[in-house]
Parts: sequence; structure tokens; C-alpha cells
Amino acid sequence: MRIFSLLSVFLLTFSSFVSAQEDDLLSLLGEEETTDYTNASFKTNRVINLHSLENTAEGVLDFKISHRFNPVNNGFYDIFGLDGANIRFGLDYGLSDVITIGVGRSSLQKTYDGFVKYKFLRQSTGKKTMPLTAALLLTSSINTLRWENPDRENYFSSRLAYTTQLILGGKFSESFSLQLSPTMVHRNLVKTNAEKNDVYALGVGSRLKLSKRVAINGEYIYVLPDQLSPELYHSLSVGLDVETGGHVFQLHFSNSQSMVERGFITETSGQWNSALDGVRFGFNISRVFTLKRKKLD
Amino acid sequence: MYKIILGCLVLGLNISNVTGQKYFTKTGHITFFSDTPIEKIEGHNKSSNCVLDLATGKLEFGTLIKGFQFEKALMQEHFNENYMESNKFPKATFKGQISDFNKIDVSKNGKIPVKVTGDLTIHGVTKKVATDAILTVVNGKIETNANFNILVADYGISIPALVKDQIAKSVKIKVNATLEPFKS
Repeated sequence: MRIFSLLSVFLLTFSSFVSAQEDDLLSLLGEEETTDYTNASFKTNRVINLHSLENTAEGVLDFKISHRFNPVNNGFYDIFGLDGANIRFGLDYGLSDVITIGVGRSSLQKTYDGFVKYKFLRQSTGKKTMPLTAALLLTSSINTLRWENPDRENYFSSRLAYTTQLILGGKFSESFSLQLSPTMVHRNLVKTNAEKNDVYALGVGSRLKLSKRVAINGEYIYVLPDQLSPELYHSLSVGLDVETGGHVFQLHFSNSQSMVERGFITETSGQWNSALDGVRFGFNISRVFTLKRKKLD
Repeated sequence: MYKIILGCLVLGLNISNVTGQKYFTKTGHITFFSDTPIEKIEGHNKSSNCVLDLATGKLEFGTLIKGFQFEKALMQEHFNENYMESNKFPKATFKGQISDFNKIDVSKNGKIPVKVTGDLTIHGVTKKVATDAILTVVNGKIETNANFNILVADYGISIPALVKDQIAKSVKIKVNATLEPFKS
């Protein structure tokens, strides 16, 4: 009897001793698996000219000021192109974290443009795993130059072009992001019979982070053969992204002058040859304003 | 005799239940504040884990860095990408001890001021911290409250010169968690 009670006392002390020895209390709660969405694949919602995987966050207004200067090979007389520029002002707004809308005005061909971008897959790890981000981009542009030949019958629809683009890609390491952008540009009116109204292209864009705040970006747009006139080239741009808090500066060289899809995909006249014919310096500056703050308490 | 032993056993079990009991939450609220004349930044995390062992006075917190919410999306992006590097260091933990724990009676409602010391790990760097805290017992639950300051530089987080006026060198951490008895 006595042995039994001693034993029970011993067991009790021992069990409380064991529980007191536990050194990682948090492990009691177990690991709750959460879905971890990938963020910041690119510093802004543009690679250079191409739309990137990223959207403008909900309630955020992104004001963009972009320039593409004259060709660098204009030489010193034109201070390597800086004497003249195609300018685009744009406003992008996040309706939600997955839907962005935007408008812009370019000085080149006095073009107005607008877009809607819908991110329908978000790259994630954890509870819900998704290897890629995917977005659908619809853009349109209106050239508002005075009619070249006002005497003939001109149609408003001739000024319009539309772009449908799928953006597929992801952030594959902390510093490396890659995306593919299969694209169809439809132009209501083209210059000659040799050019197609519907132009199919495949864009590739990539980002390589050099430090937390500086990255190299590059993009190339392959246009399928026999759709454009032979004096046009594929758009190739390389540049730096520099982030300074509320601003992102994108500085780059490109053989495209236009900043709307119709222009840089189907009307790129510069070429990356040894003379750098028509290669231009340019920049995009993005400044974000939070119009709708997230509620916290 | 049997009855006595049985009584002892039941009593013993009860005592060990009370003194050995652990309290926990998965919805602890941790806030940090960075106040400068130019910019006020606050991040809120409402899903922090916490376990308190009443037998030993050990107290532990664990919180996911990506769980911090900010009023501006860009702050949240910069917090994760540029400062906390939350992909590399996804979690912050605190493993500490309430001093003079034996004196605490958690069976009655009331406020109990305590001192807590322990190891705080943020951004992969562990530092000792000590703070005053208040335990408030309300109907079998224990609410913990603490405020303390940490230096950003202590945890290997560098602030670039460009934004040094926007981000405080010393940030305030506020902890509020209501713990319930843990049933395993």
C-alpha cells in the first residue's frame, strides 16, 4: 500500500517535472500553415515599356512621368538626343489588389491610351501553392493627330488600336524575376497592304536585383515574321530601376520611341546595330500616392 | 486508506493542473511604431502566437513578419523587402521569463505588474530585452500588456541615408495578448 502511494507521488512529481522541462513552449501550438503570396517581382507595374506582373495596390494612385529622348546617334549637336523628347504622363489606380486601371497621354502622335489589368493568378507558397502569376491586360489607344488628308473621307475608328496581352511569370529567386507576354495588337488602319491589322508578338521581360533598391531590367519583344514592313524592328530595352522610398526611377536605353503597346510593338524603327541607329535614352518616374488607407487598429 | 490515497491523487492531480497549466493565444496583437516628425509608420500583427507556462513563468511569443499590416501598401512592401527581409527571416520570436513568478496568484481577478526578461530574435539577430509588463487576470483568462523600445540598428537593419528622417532609430513595440488555458 505504502509503496503504491509513494509510487503515485513519485509519478506525479515526475510528470510535473517533465512538463516543466519543456523548453520550446511555442511548439505546443504547432505550425499553422499560411498562404504566402509573392510580392514585388518588379519594382513597379512596368518592366520598361511592357507591363510587368505587378499591379498597383488597392487605393493607390501611381503618377508616371516618362520621357523617350531623340536618338543617341544624333550626336553632340542634339546633346545625344536630350534636346527633344516624346513625353507620356500617366495615372494608374488600383481598384483592388488584382485590378488596375490607367490612362495616359503621349506627345508622340498625340496619343491617349487606357488600360485594364486583371491579375487572375497570384504566385504563392504555403497552404495554397501557385508557381506563377498570370494577368490579362487590355489596352487601347487613340491617335489624335489632325488628318493627314482632310479632303478624303476619314473615320474616327481609323485612329484606334487595341492590345490583348497575357502576362505570365514569377519571382524565381529573391533577385530574379521573369515574365512572358504573348500579345496581339489590333490596328484598325495600317499604312500599307503589306502590314497586318492583327499583329502577334511575344514579349520577354526580366529583372535582376543588384541590391535592395537597385535592379537591372530588360525586355525584348519578338514579333512573328511577315506582319510588319521590313524597315521596322523588334523592341529591345535595357535599364536600371532605382527605388528611393516613394519614387521609382527607371532609366533605360531602347530602340522604341513610343510608350504605348501599338507603338513599341508594331512601330519600332530604331535598331541595335553598331551605329545605334535610333536607340534612345529614356526614363519613367513613378510616384505613388495612397488615396485610400487600409483600416488598422 | 484507499479513499485517502484516492483523495491525495485527485488533489495532487488538481494541484498539478493548476500550477502546471499553460496559457496560450494565436491572436496576440503586436504593434510597432516608428515616429518621426516627417512620417508616422505603424505595423499591426493580430495573429501572433504566445504561450505562458504558469509552472515556470516562461513566456514565449512567435510572430510572422509577413503578417504585419500597414495603412500604405508601399510601407508593407518596403518593410518586408528592404528592411526585415521576410523571405530570409520569416519569424520574430521572444523567449523570456517572468521574474519572481512564484509571488503571482492568477486565481483571483486583478492586475499584476511583472518584470519580463528574455531573448528577442528579429531579422536573425538575438538580443536580450527587459521590460515591465502587466498581467491582468479576468475570469480565468490572462491579458498581457507590455511596451518597450528597441533600436533598429541592434538587429542588423540598416536605414539608408535617403530615408533616415522618415524612419525612427528606436521603434516602440506594443504587445497585447489575451491568453486562455491550454488544453492538449
